Amino acid sequence: MRVSKRATSAIALSAAAALVASGCSSGGDGETAASADGSIVVHGVQPENPLVPSNTTETGGGKIVDWLWTGLVEYPNDGGAPRNALAESINTTDSKVFTIKIKAGTKFHDGTEVKAKNFVDAWNWAAYSPNGAQNGTFFADIAGFDQTYTSDPDGADGPKKAPTPTAEKMSGLKVIDDQTFEVTLAAPTAVFPTKLGYSAFMPLPDVFFTKKAEEFGRNPIGNGPVKFVSWDDNALIKLTRFDDYNLRDKMKVKDVDVKLYQDDNAAYADLLANNLDFMEVVPTSALAGDKWKTDLGDRGRSTVTPSTAFIAFPIYDKRFQNPKLRRAVSLSINRQEISDKIFFGTRKPADSWANPLTPGAKPGNCTACKFDPATAKTLLAEAGGFSGEMVFYYNADSAHKDWMDAVAQQVKTNLNINARAEGVPTFAVFRQNVNAYKMTGPYRAAWQQDYPDVENWVNPLFVTNGSSNDGLYSNPEVDTLAKQASAAPSLEASHEAFAKAVEKVDQDVPSIPVYFYGQQSGHSEKIKKLELNNVGEIDITSVEL
Amino acid sequence: MGRYLLRRLLQLVPVFIGTTFLIYWLVWAVPGDPFAGKCGERRCPDQYIAFMTEKYHLDQNVFVQYGNYMKNLLQGDFGQTFQQREISDIILTSYPNTLKLALVALAIEAIIGLSAGVLSGLRRNGFLDNLVLVSTLFLIALPVFVVGFVLQWLLGVQWGIIKPTVSSEMRWSELIVPGFVLGSASVAYIARVARTSIAENRRADYVRTAIAKGLPMRRVVGVHLLRNSLIPVVTLLGTDLGALMGGAIVTEGIFGINGIGRQVFRAIITKESATVVGIVVVLVLVYLVMNLLVDLLYAALDPRIRYE
Repeated sequence: MRVSKRATSAIALSAAAALVASGCSSGGDGETAASADGSIVVHGVQPENPLVPSNTTETGGGKIVDWLWTGLVEYPNDGGAPRNALAESINTTDSKVFTIKIKAGTKFHDGTEVKAKNFVDAWNWAAYSPNGAQNGTFFADIAGFDQTYTSDPDGADGPKKAPTPTAEKMSGLKVIDDQTFEVTLAAPTAVFPTKLGYSAFMPLPDVFFTKKAEEFGRNPIGNGPVKFVSWDDNALIKLTRFDDYNLRDKMKVKDVDVKLYQDDNAAYADLLANNLDFMEVVPTSALAGDKWKTDLGDRGRSTVTPSTAFIAFPIYDKRFQNPKLRRAVSLSINRQEISDKIFFGTRKPADSWANPLTPGAKPGNCTACKFDPATAKTLLAEAGGFSGEMVFYYNADSAHKDWMDAVAQQVKTNLNINARAEGVPTFAVFRQNVNAYKMTGPYRAAWQQDYPDVENWVNPLFVTNGSSNDGLYSNPEVDTLAKQASAAPSLEASHEAFAKAVEKVDQDVPSIPVYFYGQQSGHSEKIKKLELNNVGEIDITSVEL
Repeated sequence: MGRYLLRRLLQLVPVFIGTTFLIYWLVWAVPGDPFAGKCGERRCPDQYIAFMTEKYHLDQNVFVQYGNYMKNLLQGDFGQTFQQREISDIILTSYPNTLKLALVALAIEAIIGLSAGVLSGLRRNGFLDNLVLVSTLFLIALPVFVVGFVLQWLLGVQWGIIKPTVSSEMRWSELIVPGFVLGSASVAYIARVARTSIAENRRADYVRTAIAKGLPMRRVVGVHLLRNSLIPVVTLLGTDLGALMGGAIVTEGIFGINGIGRQVFRAIITKESATVVGIVVVLVLVYLVMNLLVDLLYAALDPRIRYE
């Protein structure tokens, strides 16, 4: 998952609707000519790490990685089911052994051909734990991963070190010929092909393996529609069209400059003055009173993004172990009011467990997401009330104070619980407490999917030992159902089974969906047409001037 | 003079060690695990944390870490950030930008502040004097970010005279407005100090003598009066360069300048002691050297001052 480093933490993410720009259709003929050697400047932030796909977990670098690389599958801009990109075909009979055939004759930016071994080598590199790739665990589905990836027996803080892995390569990967490779999973996983569009699964050119990963990442070579030109730290990343690109559409403009800002307001001023061509998320200060609409007019656009804000319960704390109490808290929150009063309607009240834009998600399946203070009071009484103070925690380095305060106030008013919200200074300290299971009250959480499928909204969050199940929620029934769903022979069957698992989750209310994220972006007058991709980023191949 | 210089230079050593250790320790003491928030709402893989912890010796105590750091620093190795970039590269790219901005601010301060000060000092209680008094009061009262946002919005967005942010080429012409913003408060102080100093010396015996000798007014003011009145102003300007560089963070943010301010801020948030210290080391040196220069300038301006 990628983390947005923006101050608003308005996570700009997955699988969304593509919109064709409405504004500025004044141009007539000459348009294609303007596009052909035109250039655009888009908003960016300094990537956290050198640009190696399997080591990029934040949006600053992730966006550029997405442009520089094209994977086996890609996620359509409209958020629909993934389709083959570099893959010619992905075949399986049992969701366990996949034969992947890639298109012949596609090239990396250094002119070498993309072959099956470029995938196998790249995946093996990322899954070999001493390489320290942040996305290493994405390969856990593949047979032999447990031999290449070892964990620290007493956690990262403990004195012991992780043992050196016994194998350097995963046994489940086999190159068959230049265009074909076979992937054997440890257990059947219907959603595996969907995952292949995530940046961790990108191919790496041969030259990557001859130098240090950091060095490669400062001068990355991908296989996507744009190639890397230069990187002036904290100032500018220059990209240019890759003329040999033969997957999907070529870029219509020639050069893309990613201007790296530290301050959203500076970028917004540039956008207003047409000095910046695209800004993904306008600053929170511009949302108040719909200022951005007045400022930008038809250059602004509002989209929904499939990410959800939650309030999670520390279920390891005895006081929060009664599902009735958790449901009571959830029912006492007036989500519509928070959406209207605090977010000016830019974020929609949540009414389902998985974001409704995700393939396989069922809209409206969160029965605990209604506003029903009367039932809430009854449930609280049945749960035996709540004694002491209920503190809602959030990280104070992002714009969360207002809505968390509102939540606490509503709980206080509607349930007569002594509730208040408290900010933890930084996200790092906040996450440190969450990771150590030391939270003493409900806390803010947000989830953005790694790949568009309902599986990504259940397994990591609600299954015992899920990678982001930080509240230690555990229900054997959910585990069994989710396991069956993951191993289903087809995606349809998998989605049906996940729906059943979610029904169980809905009864337990391990966390509270509060709102669905929205995204307000803006572009300059010179852009005639643009689409946003499934993660709300600009689709640079669609831009016309 | 030589001995004085040597003594002053030797004094730099304990100051240098003291400041760097304090800063290293302070950043180290900032709560929060640098890798706790790095992977978002999911804990980072143990292997990644172990890899980074070992690479940056984070499992050692702060004294050992600092010792390692200083050992490398003395060999010219500033170390690497948690993003595996050379800190020396960051210093080399961001320092010139901040220095450029600070120099522009300093020039604006000197030119506007000094002329306003001299003019109002010569005509005390006149219209000009009062105008300077009121306008400097106004500038001092306004926080830098207000001046910055207002000018950016008016000149950049509304009137389109300048680009709202500075491009990565950092042209001098683009730096005039940010430089004015950065130097705006200091302009006011320079003007006031210069005014007082001029007004005081205006009544000094040597000025009266010079006028009585029949020297032209331009020579009296330009050579005799100004030179002697400059000492407090030079002190202010000299020490201000360091303050401007260290205080540029807000201006850099508003105008999107890639300077040291954002680097220090980012490094503090991510608990990168090495980066913070690396940048501050250079800043400390700027302060110390500027102070030394100011002291030496005194001797040049006032022949009565001698250093042994």
